[in-house]
Amino acid sequence: MTSSRVGIISIGWYGFSPSTPEVSFREMMFESSNRAYSAVGIDPRKEVDAFVVCQEDYWEGIAITNEFAPEPLGGVLRPTVTIAGDGLQCIVTAYQLIKTGYFDIVAVEAHSKASNIATLSKIYEIALDPHYVRPLYAKNPLFLAGLEARAYMERTGAEKYHLALVAVKNKNNGLNNPRASYATPLDLEDVVESKPVIDPLTSYEIAPFVDVSITFLLAGEESARKFTDTPIWIEGVGWSTETGTGAIAWHEWGRMRFLRDAANQAYRIAGISNPARSFDFAEVEDRFSYAELVALEELKLAQEGTAHILLESGDFDIDGYLPVNPSGGSLSIGVALEATGLVRILEATLRLWSMELVEEAEGRAVVASWRGIPSFSGGVVVLSL
Amino acid sequence: MARRIYDKEHVKAPGTPLSSKEMYQLPGTIEYTPVAKYRFTTGQALSKFLEELKRGRIAGRKCNNCGRVYVPPRMYCEFCYKPTSEWIYLEGTGTVVTAVVSYIGTARERLEKPEIIGIVKLDIDNKEPQGYDFPGLFHRFCNVSEDDVKTGKIIGARVRPRWKLEEERKGDITDIECFEPIEG
Ligand SMILES: [Zn+2]
Repeated sequence: MTSSRVGIISIGWYGFSPSTPEVSFREMMFESSNRAYSAVGIDPRKEVDAFVVCQEDYWEGIAITNEFAPEPLGGVLRPTVTIAGDGLQCIVTAYQLIKTGYFDIVAVEAHSKASNIATLSKIYEIALDPHYVRPLYAKNPLFLAGLEARAYMERTGAEKYHLALVAVKNKNNGLNNPRASYATPLDLEDVVESKPVIDPLTSYEIAPFVDVSITFLLAGEESARKFTDTPIWIEGVGWSTETGTGAIAWHEWGRMRFLRDAANQAYRIAGISNPARSFDFAEVEDRFSYAELVALEELKLAQEGTAHILLESGDFDIDGYLPVNPSGGSLSIGVALEATGLVRILEATLRLWSMELVEEAEGRAVVASWRGIPSFSGGVVVLSL
Repeated sequence: MARRIYDKEHVKAPGTPLSSKEMYQLPGTIEYTPVAKYRFTTGQALSKFLEELKRGRIAGRKCNNCGRVYVPPRMYCEFCYKPTSEWIYLEGTGTVVTAVVSYIGTARERLEKPEIIGIVKLDIDNKEPQGYDFPGLFHRFCNVSEDDVKTGKIIGARVRPRWKLEEERKGDITDIECFEPIEG
C-alpha cells in the first residue's frame, strides 16, 4: 500500500432527466465518459489504468450485464470490474486500486435508465427473500420505508411535520441546481396537507427516479496534481452491509446501522474525531424524508434523537450551521438507481470546487449513500479540497 | 463402450421414478415467476439502423480515424474512443466467416428443421474482405445445406440478404429473413 492520496480529477455527466429517449444506455455512458476524459485531456485507451462500473442486471434488463460495461467507457481489452452495488462503492473500489500503487488513473461509471423499466415495483419484489417475504409482499416496496419512518418517530419523538420539513428544505434547495429535475417551491402546508402514500410519508417525501450517467476520474496524488490544480481528495472511505438484508431479519428499525459502521470506518481513515464540527456541509441519503434525519444521527452529525430538533431550528438549512443536501438531494434530483451515490459525490465535489473559486477556502464534506430499499447496504466518503 | 452405462435400456435405476411435475410439487421448492418488463430506448445509432432495415437498407457508421465500420452502428468507436464519423450504406453482400447447424431449441428440444446460423462479413466500398475491419454480423442462413456447413464448404462463401416483403418489415433485425448464397 502506498501513502499516495487519491483525488477526484474530473467528472462528466449526461441526463439528470426523468427520461432520456434520445439516447441508448450505451450512448449515455459514452457521453458522460467522453466529457470526463475530455475535461482533463485524458485518452482512456492509453491513460486510464482500470475501469470500475456499478450496475445491476435487473436494472439493466440484461443478464451478465458487466459484459456491456467496458465498450462505452473506452475500456475494451483493458482491466474492467463491475460491482453490483451503489456507485459510492465503486469510488471506494477505485480508491483501493490506486492505493495498491499498481493503478494510477481509474475511471468510475454508474448510470440509471430507470425510464426503461416498465415494472420497477416488481423488480423490487424480486429483491426480497423468496421463501418467506415475497409471498407476503405488501403491494409495493415502500412499506419498508413506512416501517422505518414509524420506528424512527417512535424512538425520537419526531413528528410528521419534522419529516415534511426535510422535503421542504431539499425541494427548495434544488431550485438553484440545474440538475434537480424535481425541485419545486414548497412550503410545509403543501406537504402536511397532502395525502400519505405510505403512512406517514407523502409523495413529496419519496424521491422519484431519474435517468443519468456519471463518470468520475480518480488519480493518485502526483498525477492528480498534473491534471488539475484542484483535485478533491478522498480522505476516508467506509462501507457496510447489515445482516438480514432481503430477509428483513435483525434490522434495527428506524436506524441505519450500516451507515454508522461505514461512517466510523471513514472517520477513522480520515482522522476525524468530532464529526459534528468537521464538515462544511453534508450530502446524505434522503430518498425518503426520514432517511436524512436517521443518516445525520448515524453519521454523528447530530446527537442521538436530536436531528429533527436541529432541522427545525434551521441548523441544516443552506445557510445554517451545517448545510445538509444543499444540492437538493435525491428528493430534488431523483434516485438514480446504482448511480445515486455518484450523484451525491458529484454534488459534493462541485460544491467544494465552487467554494475554492469563491473563497479560496479549505473545505471538507461528508457524503453518505444507501442502496435504497430493500437493501441495508451503504457507504460513506469524506472529501476535501 | 463406456457410454452404454448411461443407456436407459441397460440400466434400471432402483426406486420409484418421479415425473417432473411430482418433483416440483414437493415442499422444498417454491415456484416464482419474475415480472420484469423493459422498454429499451434504441438511441441514435440503433433507431436509424432499424428504420433503414424497414426501408430495405443496411446502415452502418464509419470511424474515419481507424477506418472501422460498425454494423449494427455505434455513435462512437470503441477502439479510438471518438465519435464515429459518418453514415454509410451497405449493399448487404458479404462473405461467411463461420457457420453452425443447431439441432436443438432453447429448452434443448429437438428442432423439426435444424437452424443454420453464423457470422457474415459484409462488403464495404468494393474492398477485398482482407482489406478492412468489420465487426461481423450475426444472422441466419438459408439455401445452405447441413453438409455445406459440416464440411466447411460454406466458410468463405459469398452471400446476400433475403429481405422480407416490404409490408412485413417492422424495423427489426428479422426484416432480413436470412442470408443466402449468391449463385455462381
Ligand atoms: Zn476508430
